[in-house]
Amino acid sequence: MNFQSRKNYYGDIPEEKGNGNIISSDARTDWPLWEIFIRSKQGLDHKHVGSLHAADAQMAIENARDVYTRRMEGISIWVVESKYVHASNPDDAGNFYEPAEDKVYRHPTFYDLPDEVKHM
Amino acid sequence: MPQETEKIFQEKIEGEIKIEPKDWMPEKYRQTLIRQISQHAHSEIVGMLPERNWITRAPSLKRKAILLAKVQDEAGHGLYLYSATETLGVTREQTINDLHSGKAKYSSIFNYPTLTWADIGAIGWLVDGAAILNQVMLTRASYGPYARAMVRICKEESFHQRQGFEILLVLSRGTNEQKDMCQDAINRWWWPSLMMFGPHDSESTHSDQSMKWKIKRKSNDELRQNFVDMIAEQAKVLGMTLPDPELKWNKERKHYDFGEINWEEFWNVVKGNGPCNKERLEVRRKAWEEGKWVREAAEAYAEKKAKRKAA
Repeated sequence: MNFQSRKNYYGDIPEEKGNGNIISSDARTDWPLWEIFIRSKQGLDHKHVGSLHAADAQMAIENARDVYTRRMEGISIWVVESKYVHASNPDDAGNFYEPAEDKVYRHPTFYDLPDEVKHM
Repeated sequence: MPQETEKIFQEKIEGEIKIEPKDWMPEKYRQTLIRQISQHAHSEIVGMLPERNWITRAPSLKRKAILLAKVQDEAGHGLYLYSATETLGVTREQTINDLHSGKAKYSSIFNYPTLTWADIGAIGWLVDGAAILNQVMLTRASYGPYARAMVRICKEESFHQRQGFEILLVLSRGTNEQKDMCQDAINRWWWPSLMMFGPHDSESTHSDQSMKWKIKRKSNDELRQNFVDMIAEQAKVLGMTLPDPELKWNKERKHYDFGEINWEEFWNVVKGNGPCNKERLEVRRKAWEEGKWVREAAEAYAEKKAKRKAA
């Protein structure tokens, strides 16, 4: 006999036949996607925090304020349209970063110095 | 070759190395995440509806400002999760359409009505309390964008739970009428909150893929037990009772024993027959339809501005 059942988890609501009607999708697509970078305080780098959709840069900045700085998490916001972000390929990571692997002499701990040498 | 990549993937999971959007992942892992994260996002969005019911009727300006801030947080949580979903290669529009068509689900708890002000307290304490246990676990999920969204959400949830408990605390120290209102809200939200954790673990004979992929790390019954243990103690502070005659501390297990959930009710609400299922989806669809001109106008305005800048 073949028993089959599913295990369900919180937040993972079991599939049932959907109810309701399919809403016809607009011909137009979503507003452009923007990547959001926030400087949490003066003197620190802007850091990637997530993304959101907005019609233009101004709206992206305003939405980013509402979505990512509701508790004073930032004092400066950068927005970049996601399509302009180019990234290295994770599949090539092995070869791509290989040149750094055999250069231990780049690190200060590579050099054995006598204990008498201070402040170095 | 595919077997080899799958093996490398599983080794990363075992080694607690997060999976990022551009990394290779099994198609089923991707689909599981799309389903789970989008359902989670929908739950945040639909979760605003029972609470919005009391924004205009909050008992004081202070309570109103707090509730507004909380509901705004929920919208933010929805957005963090929608953008995490998008990193898996589905469009925002498709995700939202799946909610509106009824294809995608959201947490059934939001299909219950908020009848009195005390319900807002009970939601914060019980519903957000249950959500936090799950979400704390998910901050360690193997998919990077999901885990990061969870960290952000967990930082904000603690305010939600505390404000809920405080609403009930004030009522519990009030007039007899207010005490009754407090107890009544707890009575109505207790069992649906336990249902939030989903079916029993024993309903499964399958090896569990979500655990193996480290998307989840605790079972439904484990989380539910954590929840009962936590809430049973907190209820004492309120001087209120939980509507379960079988609730009792078990010295040997060092946990609370509790009664059986009404699973018929659970499945009924999942299937769409809860008190507010229809209303919730209708409100979402209406908001989407009525916001259409705003979306179009913003787009037209952006185009116009871009042209003017180019000229």
